[in-house]
Amino acid sequence: MADTTMTSQAPAKRPFLSPINQRRWQNFKANRRGYWSLWIFLILFILSLGAEFIANDKPILVSYKGEILTPVFVNYPEEKFGGFLARTDYTDPFIQEEIETNGWMIWPPVRFSYRTVNKEVPTTAPSKPAFLFDTREELCARYAEGVNDPNCTYGNFNWLGTDDQARDVFARTLYGFRISVLFGLILTALSAVVGVAAGAVQGYFGGWTDLIMQRIIEIWSSIPVLYILLIMAAVLPPGFWILLGIMLLFSWVGFVGIVRAEFLRARNFEYVNAARALGVSNRTIMFRHLLPNAMVATLTFLPFILNGSITTLTSLDFLGFGLPPGSASLGELILQGKNNLQAPWLGFSGFIVISIMLSLLIFIGEATRDAFDPRKTFA
Amino acid sequence: MSGAQNNNTSAAPLLSVRNLAVDFTQGGATTRAVDGVSFDIGARETVALVGESGSGKSVTANSILKLLQYPAASHPHGEIWFDGQDLMKAPDAALRRVRGNDVTMIFQEPMTSLNPLHSIEKQIGEILRLHQTVPEAKVRSHIISLLEQVGIRDAEKRLPAYPHQMSGGQRQRVMIAMALANTPKLLIADEPTTALDVTVQAQILKLLDGLKSKFDMSMLFITHDLAIVRKIADRVCVMTNGKIVETGPTEDIFNNPQHEYTKHLLAAEPKGSPPKLDKSSPVVMQGDDIKVWFPIKQGFMRKTVDHVKAVDGIDVTVRAGQTLGIVGESGSGKTTLGLALSRLISSEGKITFNGADIGARSFRDMRPVRKDLQVVFQDPFGSLSPRMSIAEIIAEGLEIHSPHLSRAERDQAVVTALQEVGLDPETRFRYPHEFSGGQRQRIAIARAMVLTPKFIMLDEPTSALDMSVQAQVVDLLRDLQKKHNLAYLFISHDLKVVRALANEVVVMRNGKVVEYGSAEQIFDAPKTDYTKALMAAAFDIEAAPEGVVAD
Repeated sequence: MADTTMTSQAPAKRPFLSPINQRRWQNFKANRRGYWSLWIFLILFILSLGAEFIANDKPILVSYKGEILTPVFVNYPEEKFGGFLARTDYTDPFIQEEIETNGWMIWPPVRFSYRTVNKEVPTTAPSKPAFLFDTREELCARYAEGVNDPNCTYGNFNWLGTDDQARDVFARTLYGFRISVLFGLILTALSAVVGVAAGAVQGYFGGWTDLIMQRIIEIWSSIPVLYILLIMAAVLPPGFWILLGIMLLFSWVGFVGIVRAEFLRARNFEYVNAARALGVSNRTIMFRHLLPNAMVATLTFLPFILNGSITTLTSLDFLGFGLPPGSASLGELILQGKNNLQAPWLGFSGFIVISIMLSLLIFIGEATRDAFDPRKTFA
Repeated sequence: MSGAQNNNTSAAPLLSVRNLAVDFTQGGATTRAVDGVSFDIGARETVALVGESGSGKSVTANSILKLLQYPAASHPHGEIWFDGQDLMKAPDAALRRVRGNDVTMIFQEPMTSLNPLHSIEKQIGEILRLHQTVPEAKVRSHIISLLEQVGIRDAEKRLPAYPHQMSGGQRQRVMIAMALANTPKLLIADEPTTALDVTVQAQILKLLDGLKSKFDMSMLFITHDLAIVRKIADRVCVMTNGKIVETGPTEDIFNNPQHEYTKHLLAAEPKGSPPKLDKSSPVVMQGDDIKVWFPIKQGFMRKTVDHVKAVDGIDVTVRAGQTLGIVGESGSGKTTLGLALSRLISSEGKITFNGADIGARSFRDMRPVRKDLQVVFQDPFGSLSPRMSIAEIIAEGLEIHSPHLSRAERDQAVVTALQEVGLDPETRFRYPHEFSGGQRQRIAIARAMVLTPKFIMLDEPTSALDMSVQAQVVDLLRDLQKKHNLAYLFISHDLKVVRALANEVVVMRNGKVVEYGSAEQIFDAPKTDYTKALMAAAFDIEAAPEGVVAD
């Protein structure tokens, strides 16, 4: 292989990935399903990070009287365009006409944000997806000039329909996907930090430290999380970070077991003893010599914890104890689907987005497990 | 090649391996582990397959019964004729009839080759029932007689024992009993004594030799230890790099080796003599009445009922430029004593290092002392962190003990240390897995040397290495000692290595000193039966009379 010759010639420079990590990456790629899932997930996730540029009720760029405006980032009061509201409603035909006569504006592909109420829904909300309508006349019936109205465009159609408050389902799934993944990622990362630290301390020091902390964890994990959430919801205002904090209180326990086991196993390795004999401090030994051992087990575990976090958030939203009302949430979408059985697109959209997201993550998790499988890495 | 001195080889040999090759495929790359090996084993003949680790001897042995990991392993060509049947082409069912019946194997590691969850009665019985050579009613009495034949006392009482209740030697005896259960024609012994103490090794070899004639079987003996070969084998095949380079009767090979590699192997014994004993040299490390007792706790309240006295009141003195060797069987407390003196485990008693009492210091207070007090461990594969480059491993101690050094100065120190142990400094950016066992042990020594210590505790530093590499490491240690006036505490069960390095020797047994004196005194005129038994086992592979040593 190319890298082995390179190391012998130029010892000072090492390849980006150490040989063992190159091997792991090969194993990851060998799992075709996981590899493709990773790419699809990354594309979806990066697109959803820029959701404001894909689905929004504000134009991306506006040129007005020679001035370039960015309504996505800056909130311009309406008096700038001759109105009187504190926030400009760019869907208002009067504002649109004012801007079009004095310049131009570029709209995102979908002209709804997750909380935009479509005032021109073709039927009563929930309205069915645009592709289920037979003619443009039906779709644009509510517009002032019907089919000839300038707002009768593809961007203003609800491609996945609307929910019972006439909000665009596509925009809501897009934003909901983003918030679910972000919530899962942040919760998993924070739980990993807390859980790995706790597991490391227990495994490394063992004895009474381990015994006492294990008992505390047993008591801690027997607290019913849902009831705590109900009580907290009554006391604290619901919100992304509050919810994250409460879930973090309980989710870190999942990591302790494996990390503790890895540290218990590895603390008597001879190279750990050798480091002790050199006088290396406990903290350095834990970070430099033991943590890499535990990382393999933790990384393998990570995608599954991530999935668990997302599922929990969705189910809390479904029950109504999750994110504050009005937030884009997949769980709330499913709840609407349950309450509006005459509008199956609500339930279907939520179901498909959630199942695709979870499946992709599980496939990636399987490939990660393959990648770190020591029998495949060293065999 | 001929084993002509044996009368029975005139007939067709029992086992005939013809032009055997073994390939291992991994990630698209194919390596040839065994390349065109041919040898014969006649009836009632013992053939030894000798070579260093990685020479392909175990792979050859395992391919006879097709016990390799297929399909990662494959045989491009070769025939294995046993009893008129080519095992290479034999179907699985036929192979299973041969395995454990006509041909049996004993493995190196008695700790892991027995199932820890089954009693020995069940494990031996399984083989008997599988091949149905003994009627069900007689299975139990047959097991007892087998155990008696392999020298397990009170065989009937030991039947319900589990592997963890037996010593290493006893476990290996049980393994042998299992191998003999169906009176095989050929016994393959793959390094059967390597994991055992020298004294136990001598007993096991004596047992195998006796059983061979009693059961009228042939033996294929795989080992890296030439002394054993000389003792037990009729014929020797010397292997290196997957090829047999020399075959012949044992006496011919030892007295008149033809091939370069055989000569190299025979010359590989650790040589040289330790520095002269100098009682006037300053004392570096002194331990008075060192005790390490592990409590045995019982009952609900975990009350301490007794102690395991791993080290029980030992006095030692190590002087600058001198080596104190500590010898004894496994479990005698050698390593525990070494760890206690280097303050890696807690102990009682006064430990004086460089004039300072370090016996009661905390881990934190010990840190400045660690610069002068270094340790080299037994297993070079385990003692280097696999995720750090060689430079990082060696520099780790410098970061703690010489934090004022600049990056360039630290790198320079690493380069000097690597040169001192005879490694190319250019290799310092590589990772441990790219090095051989001997090179790794040199790296471990460099890690200790870079701090310019005064005292090094060497815990069996050569026992995981091949014989020829052992000799090199011993030479290196002796040179370093002379150059830096180092004090060594050398722990080993290998008396040959101790003789080459130590000028004072402590013989330990069950945590107590059996004999303590100058090396000449101990080696040339041992006083106690235990020391005599150790010497006989190590230098002549003679088993001691019952009761003197462990079994």
